[in-house]
Amino acid sequence: MSEYRFAVNVAPKPGILDPQGRAVEGSLAHLGVTGVSGVRVGRRVELTVEAGSEAEARATVERLAGELFSNPLIEAFAVESLAGVVAATGAAG
Amino acid sequence: MTVRVGVVVFPGSNCDRDTLRGLELAGAEAVPLWHEQADLGGVAAVVLPGGFAYGDYLRAGVIARFSPVMRAVSAFAAHGGLVLGICNGFQVLAEAGLVPGALLRNRGLRFVGRDVRIVAERLDTPFTSLVEAGRGMVMPIAHGEGCYFADGATLDELEREGKVLFRYVHEDGTAASADGDPANPNGSLRAIAGVLNARGNVAGLMPHPERAADALLGSDDGLPILRSLVEAAAKASGGTPAGVSGERRVPVAVGPG
Repeated sequence: MSEYRFAVNVAPKPGILDPQGRAVEGSLAHLGVTGVSGVRVGRRVELTVEAGSEAEARATVERLAGELFSNPLIEAFAVESLAGVVAATGAAG
Repeated sequence: MTVRVGVVVFPGSNCDRDTLRGLELAGAEAVPLWHEQADLGGVAAVVLPGGFAYGDYLRAGVIARFSPVMRAVSAFAAHGGLVLGICNGFQVLAEAGLVPGALLRNRGLRFVGRDVRIVAERLDTPFTSLVEAGRGMVMPIAHGEGCYFADGATLDELEREGKVLFRYVHEDGTAASADGDPANPNGSLRAIAGVLNARGNVAGLMPHPERAADALLGSDDGLPILRSLVEAAAKASGGTPAGVSGERRVPVAVGPG
């Protein structure tokens, strides 16, 4: 078994009202920044999964991302692999 | 026999006592159901109360959805059992897919705690049978994520099928608009304050009927909602609401076991 590190990025789906993103966008003028639009605020979950292969680990992450980390009605997610294998656990071979 | 109605207690629920009390005022024997129990103890209806179950971490209601008691509640609902979710309880029901739609961050971004006015769009449901027709009901809301959302096709279907149970209204009874209308406190699409599932046995609403269940608290407009539920639960289980006389109806089996 090995440990694999992933990140899941969750963001509001296109077209879903994102009042947080709108508020952030509204504040940009206070920083003297212009020309920025389309601000969407989501969340990022990082996790380590112990599995026999990266594909197996990724399948677990995809399931969690779809059932727990995001609400498919309103959010989309993307799974990102972080630094490949973090550590091999248990007996080698 | 007094009808028993369960109130689920999640870590972070904070309206469970008020809800137990409101259900008692409505004639039920109200019993708490701990979130770790996988058995509903034979109650005739279940209420998911307001609060911040599991701290509202990740998304309001989502962690509660996976608790042992919610598996039992889902099975109960699948057998036609009556389930009402109030505020955070509505969020839990939406996350669990037991009612359509989702509750987004309030359009104004802020937590809103104040009285609102709603009307029941249907009076032939287990949750509204004792509500007076056309009467605006005043009761508090207290939430940060209560902006009702569903896609346009779903909203059309909900309206067509009569699944919009409560709507935010102005003082004169006209429906609030979706954006920038103080009568719609959170920007809910089509001013939807509460919905029913397709089968009509599960309902959720953001306002708090249990906080408006006693005139001493400023309003008892919420009591008819709780009384409707208790009466429907009594009919379904063959029990009677306390202090309510009436013929015993043929018991109908509801829920698991």
